[in-house]
Amino acid sequence: MKRYSVFAIAREALRYHQGWERAWKSPEPKKSYDAIIVGAGGHGLASAYYLGKNYGITNVAVIEKGWLGGGNTGRNTTIIRSNYLQDPSAAIYEKARALYETLSQDLNYNVMFSPRGLLMLAQTHHEVRGYLRTVHANNLQGVSTEWIGPGRVKELVPIINIDGPRYPVLGALYQARGGTARHDAVAWGYARACSAMGMDIIQQCEVTGVTQSNGVVTGLDTTRGHIGCKKLGIVVAGHSGQLAEMAGFRLPIEAVALQALVSEPIKPCMDVVVMANTVHGYMSQSDKGEMVIGGGTDGFNNYTQRGSFHHIEETLRALVETFPMISRLKMLRQWGGIVDMTGDRSPIISKTPLGNCFINCGWGTGGFKAIPGSGWAMAELMAKGEPGPLAAEFSMWRFKEGQFIDESVAAGVAH
Amino acid sequence: MLILECPCCGVKAEETELSPGGEAHLKRFGPGSSDEEFEAYMFARKNPKGVHFERWRHAYGCGKWFLAARCTATLEVFGTYPAQTSEPPADIVAKIKAKRPDWKGYK
Repeated sequence: MKRYSVFAIAREALRYHQGWERAWKSPEPKKSYDAIIVGAGGHGLASAYYLGKNYGITNVAVIEKGWLGGGNTGRNTTIIRSNYLQDPSAAIYEKARALYETLSQDLNYNVMFSPRGLLMLAQTHHEVRGYLRTVHANNLQGVSTEWIGPGRVKELVPIINIDGPRYPVLGALYQARGGTARHDAVAWGYARACSAMGMDIIQQCEVTGVTQSNGVVTGLDTTRGHIGCKKLGIVVAGHSGQLAEMAGFRLPIEAVALQALVSEPIKPCMDVVVMANTVHGYMSQSDKGEMVIGGGTDGFNNYTQRGSFHHIEETLRALVETFPMISRLKMLRQWGGIVDMTGDRSPIISKTPLGNCFINCGWGTGGFKAIPGSGWAMAELMAKGEPGPLAAEFSMWRFKEGQFIDESVAAGVAH
Repeated sequence: MLILECPCCGVKAEETELSPGGEAHLKRFGPGSSDEEFEAYMFARKNPKGVHFERWRHAYGCGKWFLAARCTATLEVFGTYPAQTSEPPADIVAKIKAKRPDWKGYK
């Protein structure tokens, strides 16, 4: 892999940019691998990357039924934060946020991490109490957040209406090092780094069956033939239930649609991320000037990657009330993704009933922010066969034991 | 937009009138059951990509619960039926089999 640098740009500028190589190889699948990861989204690629980087396991294939980063990695609102209440979630999301800080240097790929600051508005007295509690918890967990009053909110977000008749802004939970990153670049950067370590990224290859003997996975039947493996990692978000069914176990997961949309591009007007969880919407401005908007999930099971129109209407209604100046904006694009929701809305990074099969799923509506931390924890689980401190609490058996991680970890909005 | 005919009042209701209630025909477990049974009742769901039987409430209409058969991969609705059943009625099952020959059936 040729490194990207200012010298590379200068060198290529002198020879008509003929020397740039493909960012990752596109090999035929081998007969077998030490480890296979199903799903070449952010989480799958990050898992593979840290398997190689932290544990030296590089005889790895990442297989993907569609194209790289074409699922929820390419469909989210790119928000990164770690202001969670419960210790296990704060730990893994803060690990992820901290890794994002230096990810561009680490991968030699610009993921455009922008720690522009993130506000979660408190618009009821219950929310004020809840967020004050979160701030105190975050201070104990070593996550840097603070409580700010309405005046400071208005300073940070001049376009906000803090005196709304229904839900005035009473303050906000502020994480100064939260922000956004370029979602595709995260997947592409990990893919390039994995490929450089000698891993195979195999796209357009759908898993059709999981072959096993004596409770151990021996390989996968795919649309490009049988591929053997010593260890299997399932990291497929919305389709986790299907893969688990092929492997012969069940997950406490339901698949639902979550939508997002962007407006026409306008001049810079908001340089932080704002989440309004009572009225149910969140918004940031992209580098292109589009307002990037997200809301809540649909309530019913759905695999179609399209959602209900009335949810978009509800989200926009809430945001127009919060930001009156966006009322005349035209919406440019809208899309949906299939998210995997668990019973307690927290993820699963876990061993499974099959000895050498591991699963990473259940990120629901908030997986993008967790990508580096999730990959880090999954790699440790796959390499050692036992979960490390980051993943220990996220076992799939916590539902039987009643040890829930009891907060809406995902987008933090009430689903 | 999803439209379901409420079998209680006969209204063809669109989505904003309805509240989804999750998987139908769950067998309930209470005190005295094993951890596995209770976990399965509380959290394990079929979550199929295809034919799904589910509970709905005609929330902004007659207010009654009913059940629906719907495809989660295409959003096609096969039919709705009253909630007072322990498994899908034969006519709905026949309709689904006609449209989805390789459907493995309820259970």
